[in-house]
This record gives sequence, C-alpha cells and structure tokens, in this order.
Amino acid sequence: MPDRTLLLLCAIFAAAVAVSFVMPSWAVFLTTIAVAKALVVLGLMILWRTGLVSFGQALYFGAGGYAAGLAGRWLGLTDAIALCLLGAIAAALIAWVVGLLLARYREIFFAMLSLAFSMILYGVLVKSEALGSTDGINIASATFLGYAPSGPAQVVSVYLLTVLAGLIAASVVHVFLQSTIGQLTAPIRDNEIRVEYLGVSARAVVHLEVVIAGALAGAGGVLTALAVGHIDPEMAYWTTSGGFVFVTILAGTGSVIAPFLGSLLFEMVRSFAMAYAPETWQLMLGAALLVTILFFPGGLWSLFERRRARA
Amino acid sequence: MAPILEVHELGKTFGSITAARDITVAVPAGQTLGIIGANGAGKTTFVNLITGYLKPSTGRILFERRDITDLSPREITRLGVCRSFQVPQVFPTISVLDNMAIALGIARRGAGALWRPLRSRRLVEDAGAILERYRIADYRDALASTLPQGVRKLLDIAMAVAAEPRIVLLDEPTSGISVEEKYEIMEVVVGALRASGLTILFVEHDMEIVERYADRVLAFYDGTVIADGPPDEVLHDEKVKQFVVGETLHRTARQGAAAAHA
Repeated sequence: MPDRTLLLLCAIFAAAVAVSFVMPSWAVFLTTIAVAKALVVLGLMILWRTGLVSFGQALYFGAGGYAAGLAGRWLGLTDAIALCLLGAIAAALIAWVVGLLLARYREIFFAMLSLAFSMILYGVLVKSEALGSTDGINIASATFLGYAPSGPAQVVSVYLLTVLAGLIAASVVHVFLQSTIGQLTAPIRDNEIRVEYLGVSARAVVHLEVVIAGALAGAGGVLTALAVGHIDPEMAYWTTSGGFVFVTILAGTGSVIAPFLGSLLFEMVRSFAMAYAPETWQLMLGAALLVTILFFPGGLWSLFERRRARA
Repeated sequence: MAPILEVHELGKTFGSITAARDITVAVPAGQTLGIIGANGAGKTTFVNLITGYLKPSTGRILFERRDITDLSPREITRLGVCRSFQVPQVFPTISVLDNMAIALGIARRGAGALWRPLRSRRLVEDAGAILERYRIADYRDALASTLPQGVRKLLDIAMAVAAEPRIVLLDEPTSGISVEEKYEIMEVVVGALRASGLTILFVEHDMEIVERYADRVLAFYDGTVIADGPPDEVLHDEKVKQFVVGETLHRTARQGAAAAHA
C-alpha cells in the first residue's frame, strides 16, 4: 500500500507547481522563503523528536548561504542545483565536525553549545572583509542546468527549485523517520541506557541527526540566498536560530509536512504584521506563539492528529 | 561443559569503598545461576561489571574465551550478553508493540539493517509473537508508561533477549511484584529463556524462587562470593544462613509487618 504521507507530499508539490503560474510575484517570493526555511525546521524536527533543541541552526543556514555566495564570487559557479548540493555538503561537513562534540551533550547544554558555535561563525563573518563583513555579499542570478532566466522567470525558477527541494527533503526525512534508526528518536529521548543495552550508540545516532539537520539547513540557506539575492551575517545570528525554533513549536513535530505549514504561516504572519504594524510586528508574532503554546501545545499539526483520532 | 562466562579475581572500588573483591566464577553454557545476597552485598555490582555498566578495578571477564573487560555495554550486548534491570528500562512514551519492534529492529543482522523500515509486516508479527510468548500481548497498544510493574518487567526482559543473546543477566526480575505474581513471572521468563537454550544469571532475594529455578547458586557477602554450589547445599550453608538467608528473612519479616501495619 502506498505511503499516505508521500502521496500527500506529491499532491502538495503538484499543487505548488500549478499555482506558481497564477500566484502574484510577492506570494511566489514569500512561499519560496517559507519552503526554504522549512528545510531548516525539518532538521530541527528530527532533533526535537530526540529531545534536543538546537539554538544554532543558523550556523548551517549561514554556512550554506555563504558557500553558495563564495562559490559564485570565487569560482563563478551559478548553477542553482550545484550550489544547493555544495551548500548542503558544506553545512553537513561543518555539522559533522561540530557534531563530534554536540552529540555528547543533552538538554540545555546541547542547546547552548549549538548556539555558541553559531555565534562563532557570526563573529567570523562580521569581522572578515573577504566575506563581505556586515554588508554581506550579493548573489549572482542563478542558472538552472544551462537555462538562465531573468526577471519574473528567475523568481519562479527559484521557487520551483525550492518546492522540488522541499519535496525531496521531506520525502527523504519521512523515509528516514520510518526506518529503525529514525524510529530511535523517541527511545533516545526516553531512555539512552536501554538504547545502549540494545546494542546501538545513542551518541552516533544523535551525531547522524545533527549532520542531517545541518545538511537540510545548508540547502535552506542556499535557496534563501538565491531567492533574496544577498547574504549577510544576519543569516548566522542567534535570532535567526530562534526563528527556526519558533516555527518548530508553531508547526509541531508530528509529520514532515508540519514544518512547511508552520513556516508558511510564520512568513505570512510576519510579512503582514510588518506591513500593517511595522512597530509592533514582534508583539504580534509573540502573541501567535503564546496562543499556539496555550491551545495547541503539540503545534498546529496536532489539529490534524486530533481530527484523525476522532475519525 | 566449557564455560561461557569466566570471571577472574574481579574487584571494584569506589574510593575507599570496596564494592566487589576477588570474585572468580566460571559459568557453563546452559546453566541457570541464582545470585543471592543481602542489600549492598555486591550482586548488582557483579551484574554491572559483567555487562560493562561499571569497569572493574581489578580482574578479567571472559565471554566465550574473549576478553570483554574493557568493552562498552553496547559492544558486550552485540557479542551476545544481554541484561534486564532492577528498575525496568523501557521506552515509556511509545507503545509496548513499538518497544518490542524497536528491540527486534535493532537486533536484525546484515548490512543496512538499521535503515530498513521498522514497521514491516514481518517485524510487527515477530514482535507480536514475542509479546504472546511473554504473555503481555494484551498490552500491545498501551503506552509503556502505563504498564503495571510486572508487565513492565516482562517487557524489559523480552526486549533484552530480542537480540537472541547466549547469556542473559536478570537483575531482580521479581522485585516490586506481589508474591502471587512472582512465580507466574518466573515461570514465563525462565520457561521462555530455557526454551531458547540461554544461560541465565538472575539476582533474587526470594530464596524459594532461587531454590526452585536455579541450577546453581552464588551467595554474595561484603562484595565477594562466600558460597557457590547447588541450591540445597548453598542455602543450607552456615555462613549463608548467617549473612544472607537470615538477613533476607529479617527483611521479609519487616516488609510483612509494614504491609500488615499499612
């Protein structure tokens, strides 16, 4: 029997492609940013299920963005797919190194250590003239396997690549979470002693999860950079990490679809709040999070789970 | 019969406290070994040392002639030495069936075994069959956190032996369980484990249970073995009566009085 989640993901992808021809450009851009950032949240979701909160995903998000920016500037690489892969690999490598230490820690120590690593990258970016310092770097228009769109076609092309990346990432993460190693998230959160006495290294699994989350965040960073056309140290700042945690809480961790739903809602609330209440938009976001925590402690996805449980 | 487990001059100290000293034991394959002793006598320390939870200060541990003294719990488990715990170690926020399926999924051999889907029909059926064998199938959809203590103990043991080990160490499998349930649980556990041809080491305070199920008994006192032999011999040994059985009787009497008072 076909997997319902994979079928739903394919249906959402088809719908996302179809509406791209009728959506206004601001909506295309907003959705691109939301889906790109949802990739980061997808990685956070895996860690969250394991009982780990990372306040440092901006490290990999920024690393991905800068890998794409520097590859364009220094190597003249403009192919969006190659940049995506490069960003994901660069971020995964950093995550692998950082993960050697991170995987030893749990709870608040994991959260604070991940934050510390991201702030190191932020400090390096801010102080390095070669990396654009606080001004950042402009990203050249991307090409797509030799196709070089311009104007609105460029925006739509980045959008289509982003939703395709979202489909692939969500499908891969879903399959991972259904595997034996993916199903170890709750056991590691619950009882590492039993996991060890079943013959599996909880630390190795956490390390793997850090790398997967890093790669996803790196790809998200590249896609965001391509959509915005600019990168700056803000990408690696702790408030960016906080935003990803915010969306994880808002979305819930019950399904790989949840991060996309949460991220889309977050970007919409933020955009409209900034447009209509530029002085108080953070207040409105805070209120939205408060409502979520009070009424949907399992995140927005819990609404669907409750409905399914009642059915 | 060749020993499956050999312990040579094992010792463990925590600062100035000696938790285990000069323990030398050889366990033949297929034997059911009861471990008795008063609280603090070193029984659980002995189990923890064999299964890698603690590292010995002195001595060596051989499993099937391979030195496992310095191996991690994970490595020891993979070699075929599994254990259950005095406080059952299960995954409380998932169902009993998922607990069992995860234990079985990890136990699968072959390249990429951990990457295969956990909830395959075959694995779910196998997990269900094990729950039947341990007579806890009625609880298969319940969260492990909601289980009665006896069921949780059985689940802990069933998960421990999912990897089809060659030796299993049970740390007080009947502690915290009513007298009526104790025998029921031991019948289920020992029956299932013996049917698999496992070597069993179990720590137990109830001498009747030890007498009924053990082929051989090790009596611990003050961190070392003071008697080793068949149950009827060890349980009637003067030192054992003085330091172990007497203590246990006093404890049982105290518990009985407390229960009556309550």
